[in-house]
Amino acid sequence: MPALPAVMKTTAARLSALYLVLFIICATFLVFYMTSLSVRMLLDQTRDTIQEEVLDLGRAYQRGGLSRLVRVIELRARQPGANLYLIADPNGRVLSGNVESLQPSVLDNVGWIERPFAYRRYGEAESSGGSPLTGHSATALVFRLPNQMIVLVGRDIGEVERFRDVVRRALVVAFGIMGLGALLIWYFVGRRALKRIDKVSEASRRIMGGDLTGRLPMSGAGDEFDRLSENLNKMLDRITALNEGLRHVSDNIAHDLKTPLTRLRNRAEAALAGKPRTAEYRAALERTIAESDQLIRTFNAILMISRLEAGYSAEATTRVDLKAIVDDVVELYEPAAEEVGVKLEAHVEKAVEIDGNRELIGQALSNIVDNGIKYSAGMSETPLVSVSLKVEGGEAWLTVTDNGPGIPPEEQGRVTERFVRLETSRTQPGSGLGLSLAKAVLSYHGGRLEIAGRKPGLSVAMIFPMGKGG
Amino acid sequence: MNSATADIADFGYKTSMKILVIEDDREAADYLKKAFAEAGHTAHIAADGDSGFALADAGDYDVYVIDRMLPRRDGLSIISELRARGNETPALILSALGEVDDRVTGLRAGGDDYLTKPYAFSELLARVEVLNRRSGSKDVETMYRVGDLELDRLSHSVRRAGREITLQPREFRLLEYLMRHAGQVVTRTMLLENVWDYHFDPQTNVIDVHVSRLRGKIEKGFDKPVLHTIRGAGYMLRADPDRTQP
Repeated sequence: MPALPAVMKTTAARLSALYLVLFIICATFLVFYMTSLSVRMLLDQTRDTIQEEVLDLGRAYQRGGLSRLVRVIELRARQPGANLYLIADPNGRVLSGNVESLQPSVLDNVGWIERPFAYRRYGEAESSGGSPLTGHSATALVFRLPNQMIVLVGRDIGEVERFRDVVRRALVVAFGIMGLGALLIWYFVGRRALKRIDKVSEASRRIMGGDLTGRLPMSGAGDEFDRLSENLNKMLDRITALNEGLRHVSDNIAHDLKTPLTRLRNRAEAALAGKPRTAEYRAALERTIAESDQLIRTFNAILMISRLEAGYSAEATTRVDLKAIVDDVVELYEPAAEEVGVKLEAHVEKAVEIDGNRELIGQALSNIVDNGIKYSAGMSETPLVSVSLKVEGGEAWLTVTDNGPGIPPEEQGRVTERFVRLETSRTQPGSGLGLSLAKAVLSYHGGRLEIAGRKPGLSVAMIFPMGKGG
Repeated sequence: MNSATADIADFGYKTSMKILVIEDDREAADYLKKAFAEAGHTAHIAADGDSGFALADAGDYDVYVIDRMLPRRDGLSIISELRARGNETPALILSALGEVDDRVTGLRAGGDDYLTKPYAFSELLARVEVLNRRSGSKDVETMYRVGDLELDRLSHSVRRAGREITLQPREFRLLEYLMRHAGQVVTRTMLLENVWDYHFDPQTNVIDVHVSRLRGKIEKGFDKPVLHTIRGAGYMLRADPDRTQP
C-alpha cells in the first residue's frame, strides 16, 4: 500500500508499533507462563498418584511376596486407562506388566524419571515404518525390590502435553487475532487522523500562499482536531482583521491625508505665486498652521488608536469612578453645547467604579459627546444630548443619546471604522477618528461599543466590564 | 475674531531663557534652536544622551527640552540622574513613543511636562515658558494681581477695580491658572491639563467657550481687555499689552 510509509511517519504509528512489540512480548510470556504452570500442576498430580500406587504395591509385596505383587500388577494393568506397570529382572528383562517396549536405558536408574520417555503397550500395533516408540510419552517411578527386581510404575502424560499444546495454540490464535485487529483498527484510525492533518496542513499552505480568506476544515465532530482548527481559525480571523485594519489605515492615510496636504501645498504655492503682500502671506500662513494642527491631531489620533490596539497595560489602569468622568465631561462640554443651542444633560445616580484609565475613558466619552452635539445641533426643535450611567448584568453602561438625525442602520457598523465619515457629515469638522478611538478605548478595557438607532437620533453605549472590585 | 485677539509678536517677553535641547534629529534640533531664538530665547543643542547629560550637568540652564529616545543614553535616565544630583531645573520630555502610560513614566522619572511628537512649536514654546524657573510666580501665593484684577485664593473671591465678580468653581480655577501664568501664553491643551486634569486633545472649541464665558465675566463693563487670545497659540492674561517692544 502506497499510503503505508506516510502512515509510518506519524507519531501515532510509531507509538502503536512500540505498543505492538510490548504486547507481543507480554502475550508470549503469558502463554508460556500459563501453560507451563498448568502442566506442572497436572504433572504433580500424576506423580502423587504414582506415589500412592507405589505404596500400594509395596504393601502387596510385603504381604504376599513377589508372586502377590505380580498378581496385583497384572490385575491392575488390565484395567482400562490403567497406569503403566512393569517388572523386570535385575538384568532388565521384562517379566510382567503392560508395557511392551520402552525407550532404552529407562530402567538403568532408580527413582523418578524426570524426562518423559516413549513406550508402547502390549497389543498396540507398531506404527508402520517409523520408530516403534513414537506416539506415547510417560513419566514413571522406577525402584528395586529387595531381591534386585526392578519395578516401574508410570503414567501416560500425553494428555497433559496435548492439553498444553491446545491451550498454547488457543492463546496464540487469540493473541494473534487481537494483535491483527489492533493493527487494522490502528491503521484505519491513524489514516483518518492523518488525512485530517493533511487537510489542515494543506489549508495552512494555501493560507500561507496568500489566500487569507482560507480557513482550516472542521469535521463538526467537536473533537480535539475541531477545537484546534477552531482556535487557529479564530487566530486567522484576528490576523485578517488586523491586516484589513492596517490596509484600511494605509489606504485612508493615503486618501484622507493627501487631501489636506495637497490643500496645504496649493495654498503655499498660491501665496508665493501672488503679489508679495504681507497680509496675504499672513493669511496663508495662518491657514497653513490651522491645517497642520488638524493634521497633527489626526496623526495623534491614529497613534493613539494603534497604541490602544497594541494591548492592555495594567500599570495604566486604576479604579476609576465613571460618574466623576461623566461629570467632568458634561461640565467641559456644556458651554460649547449651549453655544450651538444643544442641551447637554447627565443622568447619573451613583458612583460606578471600574478598573480603567480615566484619561482614555474621558477622551472616548468626550469624542462621543462631541459627536452628539455636532450632529444634533440645529437638527430638531430642542436638540438634546444626554449621558446616562447604569449598572446592568455586571457591566457598566455609559450611554450617550442624542435626538439628531441618527445613522442609517446599514451604516451603523461602519462608523467605528477609522476615517469613516458618512457622506452626510463630510461638511462637519473632525478627523473621522472619534468613534474609532472610542471603540479602541473600549476594547482596551475589555468592553465594547454599541451603536443603536433611536427615533429620532442615535444612542452610543460604552459598555465596561465591572472588574474585580465591581 | 473679537477685539482681544492679538498676535504673539504683540507681546514682549519678560524674560529671555537659556534652554538646553537634547535631540538627536539634527533638522528638528536646528529648527528648535532657530524658533526659540525668534521667540527671544537662547537654545543649546546636544545630539546624544551623553553630551546632553554633560551639558546639563555643567551649564546653567532655565529649562531642558529632552527627547526621550536618544543615542547612547535614554532621555529618562538623564533626568533621573540629574534629579539624583540635586539638579531641579525644569525638564520637558519630548516623545514619539506611544504607550498609554508613557506620560506617567516620564513624569515619575522627574520630568515636569510631557509632549508627544508631532507637536506644534507654539505648544512647546508655551509649555517651556511656563516651566521657566525664573518665571517667578510659580510659587504658591495667596493673592494674584494682574492690573486691576485680583484673585484671592483663600477667600475664593475675584475683584476687578474693586468690584466683586462671581465665578463658578471651574471658572475660578481657570482664572487662577491664567493669573498664575500672567504674561505667558497658555495653550488650550495646557488649560485642559491643568484646570480639568485631562491630557487629551479637545477636538473642538470647548476650551474656547469656557474662556469666552470667563472673559465675559471679567471684561464686561470694564474698558480694558485683560484676557487676550493669541492667534495660533492660546491665551494670555495681561493687563496692558505693550506694543512698543519687539
